[in-house]
Amino acid sequence: MFNSITQIMVITLMNLRNLPQRLGTSSVAVFGVACVVGVFIGVLSMASGFQRTMVSAGADDVLIMMRAGATSEMSSGMGYDQTQLIANLPGVAKRDGKPVSSPELFVIVDIPMRNKDSNANAPLRGVEPMAFEVRKSFKIIEGRNFEPGKNELIVGRGAQKQFANLAVGSVVKFGQTEWTVVGAFESGGGLAESELWCDAKILQNAYRRGNSYQIVRVKLDDKNGLDTVKEAIAADPKFNLDVKRETDYLAEQSEPLSKFIKMVGYPLAILMALGAIFGAVNTMYTSVSNRTREIATLRAIGFGATPVAISTLVESLVLAVIGGVIGSIVVYFIFNGYTVSTLNFASFSQVVFDFAVTPDLLVQGVIFATVIGFIGGFFPAIRAARLPVATALREV
Amino acid sequence: MTALATQSLAASELLVQLKGISKAYKKGKEQVSVLSKLDLDIRRGDFLALMGPSGSGKTTLLNLLGGLDKPTAGELMIGGQRLDQMSSSQLTKWRARHVGFIFQFYNLMPVLTAEKNVELPLLLTNLSSKQRKHHVAAALELVGLSNRAKHYPSELSGGQEQRVAIARALVSDPDLLLCDEPTGDLDRATADEILSLLQTLNQQQQKTIIMVTHDPRAADHARHVLHMDKGALVDDGRVTDAEH
Repeated sequence: MFNSITQIMVITLMNLRNLPQRLGTSSVAVFGVACVVGVFIGVLSMASGFQRTMVSAGADDVLIMMRAGATSEMSSGMGYDQTQLIANLPGVAKRDGKPVSSPELFVIVDIPMRNKDSNANAPLRGVEPMAFEVRKSFKIIEGRNFEPGKNELIVGRGAQKQFANLAVGSVVKFGQTEWTVVGAFESGGGLAESELWCDAKILQNAYRRGNSYQIVRVKLDDKNGLDTVKEAIAADPKFNLDVKRETDYLAEQSEPLSKFIKMVGYPLAILMALGAIFGAVNTMYTSVSNRTREIATLRAIGFGATPVAISTLVESLVLAVIGGVIGSIVVYFIFNGYTVSTLNFASFSQVVFDFAVTPDLLVQGVIFATVIGFIGGFFPAIRAARLPVATALREV
Repeated sequence: MTALATQSLAASELLVQLKGISKAYKKGKEQVSVLSKLDLDIRRGDFLALMGPSGSGKTTLLNLLGGLDKPTAGELMIGGQRLDQMSSSQLTKWRARHVGFIFQFYNLMPVLTAEKNVELPLLLTNLSSKQRKHHVAAALELVGLSNRAKHYPSELSGGQEQRVAIARALVSDPDLLLCDEPTGDLDRATADEILSLLQTLNQQQQKTIIMVTHDPRAADHARHVLHMDKGALVDDGRVTDAEH
């Protein structure tokens, strides 16, 4: 066993020291794997960035209440009375004696994209003062908060980056109503940062929604409050609601697009991987062919076929991992934090998110590269092991 | 019994025995016979030159003797072991312990220094690093290349490269040295130096050497010369003394 490991190490080191003589073909394999891993991580970082944006700002102790059967805010709706009943449910946290309950109204407005000749659906959310308490991390980063009763907007950091004319101080017109942008906010990198916020009452008037809302967010007074709230809702026939934890709701909302990105991304990465595997196979066959006499000499001296095969495989793995690491590093510097926006299928509005090249994805990329290297090196390794020694010794 | 007597008895014992050895290759649907029912005995300590025209089967015979190939039929015994009955992996292990190869084009590893090239066969043994260094130094000294230990093959002349190859073949103290046209790539003067070295190894170290060569002057350095033609030994394997 020890002897075999020594043999593998000796032959592998020789192979690797030989690489400069095979720089051209080796570079092709490394480049191919780097591209594949780049695309693989790139696509997945889009999905993970989207998911992170959707889910990260959610809290386990916040519940979202929608009309029973509604699949998203868009299809939900409830009157003022119902929002008041919800606020007074047992299990809802209180601050200064007031329930931490945020009825919210959600409409979609048409808004021009920044640096593009097209418009997009931007989410405009009407909120009340408790909206800021129910969010995990809300912070005005520029200007000030809107004043209740005024046509004022505050805009999320992401929305400001993606949509035109949202600088603090600018005036925008949605339908017949003009709005002044008075501030910009952050909300832990979450979905809210893609949104525009205003006073719920003003929004109700502007869009003739009467005194209705779409959802209510409530903060629980303790971690076990969900069951209490659910039991209270079930016991009272006045309620016709679906209750979900905010984190679960956001995860559900992110699923269709995440799935779509992965559905496109995985086949693309696999197709490219096939190309890279052919590249690696070709490189390794060339490597074996170039080293035919060396391999035969080692075999004649008494080195085993298995160490020769494994060392060929190791060489392939080393090249692939180098490619994987290069691909990962390049993708990290190009894509990590890169901001884009896309239509969220669940809400039919734009979501602004950053590509997230996470450590997990980098590890997955290198593992993917290793798989390519293994498959690419497998058959050349078998060829190396089966080389007819007597014939190969005479090759010049 | 004196040490000298023991040595003389050892020198006279048979190292290699071939009985009815045949070797054929498949070429398409045809069987091409390269060696045909060959009988041959080689004594320990001999220096045998195998001569003959191209295609006569010299190299095939050398490959069989080195355990690089297996006969199609017949018995091949070296040092009391039946090579024709060994598996491929058994032959690999046997080669590591019992044979040293010297090739026409030296077959050194270009990325390794002379001493690392010589050390290769010792990596297959259980010797410690210190012991390996000691053996390598001794082998390089024997071939007169102690001062070139740290040089890479590309920094050595053809003759020096072949000396390194000889040191590599010798370093694990094998029973048998097999040389395939060892001077085929060298000029006359260098070739003579290499042949003299082989002769010295045979006479002073009692190494059994079997050398395939086209060159009659190279064959002159051997104790015996054996001629082959069309896969058979001329004179039924009876060896002739070389002219010195």
